[in-house]
Amino acid sequence: MKTSTSLRSLLIAVPVMTLMACSSGPSETELAAERNRVAAEQAAAQQAAQQANQEQVRMEAAQRLQQAQEMAQQERDSLVSMQTIYFDFDRSTIKSDFYSVLDQHATFLVKNSAQTVVIEGHTDSRGTPEYNIALGERRAQAVETYLLNAGVSAAQISVVSFGEEKPAVAGTSEYAFAQSRRAVVVYK
Amino acid sequence: MKKLLASSIFFFAYLAMSVSSSAYAQLNIVITEGVDNATPIAVVPFGWEGEGMLPGAISDVINHDLRRSGRFNPMTMSKMPQFPRDISAVNYQQWVDKGINTIVVGKVKDLGNDRYQIDFQLIDTLAGSQLADAPQVLQNGQLVAGQSQLIAGRTLTVTGQDFRQFAHRISDIVYEKLTGQKGAFLTRIAYVVVRDTKTVARPYQLVIADYDGENELALLSSKEPLMSPSWSPDGNKLAYVSFESGKPQIFIQDIYTMSRIKLTDFPGINGAPNFSPDGKQIAMVLSKDGNPDIYIMEIATRKLTRITRHRAIDTEPSWAPNGKELIFSSERGGKPQIYRVNLSNKRIKRLTFEGDMNLGGTITPDGSELVIVNRTNGNYHIARQNLADGAMQVLTTTFLDESPSIAPNGSMIIYSTLHEGTQVLSLVSLDGRFKARLPGVAGQIKAPSWSPFLR
Repeated sequence: MKTSTSLRSLLIAVPVMTLMACSSGPSETELAAERNRVAAEQAAAQQAAQQANQEQVRMEAAQRLQQAQEMAQQERDSLVSMQTIYFDFDRSTIKSDFYSVLDQHATFLVKNSAQTVVIEGHTDSRGTPEYNIALGERRAQAVETYLLNAGVSAAQISVVSFGEEKPAVAGTSEYAFAQSRRAVVVYK
Repeated sequence: MKKLLASSIFFFAYLAMSVSSSAYAQLNIVITEGVDNATPIAVVPFGWEGEGMLPGAISDVINHDLRRSGRFNPMTMSKMPQFPRDISAVNYQQWVDKGINTIVVGKVKDLGNDRYQIDFQLIDTLAGSQLADAPQVLQNGQLVAGQSQLIAGRTLTVTGQDFRQFAHRISDIVYEKLTGQKGAFLTRIAYVVVRDTKTVARPYQLVIADYDGENELALLSSKEPLMSPSWSPDGNKLAYVSFESGKPQIFIQDIYTMSRIKLTDFPGINGAPNFSPDGKQIAMVLSKDGNPDIYIMEIATRKLTRITRHRAIDTEPSWAPNGKELIFSSERGGKPQIYRVNLSNKRIKRLTFEGDMNLGGTITPDGSELVIVNRTNGNYHIARQNLADGAMQVLTTTFLDESPSIAPNGSMIIYSTLHEGTQVLSLVSLDGRFKARLPGVAGQIKAPSWSPFLR
């Protein structure tokens, strides 16, 4: 059986070699080049397959990232909807009602360490503008301290006080005053 | 003669109307208290010797100045018994009979080429009525010296655009001669206007105007808040706080060239700038070292000296007129109160004790009184406290008063208050007897700062 196979291949090989001989005859260099060509083709095909595979991996990673970003964005959006911390008159202590909101901000900021926030401090219009700048800063710093204690990096937080210059609600009703006494966590 | 007089009266009436109705100034004035105890005076409409219209309403400006000072109650034109243009035409008895012991008369002569000669005389009608030969004091155009009824008189040549300034100068002379105190009619005020932040692109505006609201000029319009304007002692510059960059920075701006420098950009609060009396330093509030403390910066070198070091809020530095002390507000005693720090030995003394809290202190130019924002039973009012005996007097009855600034002659305080839901500027005399409101045309008006004497 073995003999017949090798005979058959010889039978095929002879006319091929005769053909080759008819042209000019295969040199060793030409044969080597042919082997290289085939090898290169195979390598290219393999590379293409690998690339395709990598592309697939990349796309999946991008999808996962996008999903993560979308989730972060959603999380951010929901945090932005609860970015305001309200204070009592002439006070800068954070009321316990706002602990859970601030904890959520902190968790998000710890998870997303590239995210920065500006904490704005505001007051109502009672008292002098200069004193209120100081009071507004104290409120913003109270929020900053809370976030730092919850593990947020100091590099992620900056603080600015606008005092009584940017009331949330105009007017002199108790409601307007209460709405204006606030710190706002602004995502950048 | 009678016809000429009648036509000139009509003419002045027309001018007075056009001035009040055109209201080109941002600020108007509504006097709410204190006319009754003011001294009666009459400013007779100035005579006009020229073609066409008088180019400026001098007597109107003087009338407004004197009324606004709270010290005088100028007689309305319709009640005047006569309209003399100079002292020789004054019938003293007619004025004395009307209860007017002092009058201002004058005339304007057209010299051509937009040049005018203005004569004015301040006359004591009571003294005049007691002299038999009083009407004969003017001889050959020369005033006879030593006439007791002539208190003051000047002749000056001005251009048309200087009419208003010259009128203020006449008011200054009248005021000083009759009260013994320098007039503050040639001064300016700086203030911040805040328009609707939802509809106006640059709602915050830093504005300067003559003390009476005329000649208004916006120095800066911004998307972000502007605060705390403060005049340099030469009246050429303003220091202020701007949030243009999203955080507070202190600027100094030349009001003539409009050029400005950024003086500070420290982390945290950069606030409450206040020029020293010699103009070389600025006291300010910085929180760069943790919480608000008082600092002094030398403008030329930017060298910074820390004045207070306390974990409580220290703010609102203001120089004593001698330049050797600062007063400031501090919470170091619990609630905010006014303290004084001696700049050479840094020793600190508490000055105020009355009410819930006291803020925003300034010492009067003569160094005798402290002007403050006092909170008693939750109400914020402008008050003064005598520095010698500590006696405090609440001066205002308005709502949420803040940012008091004292006229350079110490006669009047301008401050910000809430009237019918809008922030407006108001005036109160240092004795609390005269009160006026300066309603603006648009927006909230706040942070007034009265300039030093100009010129």
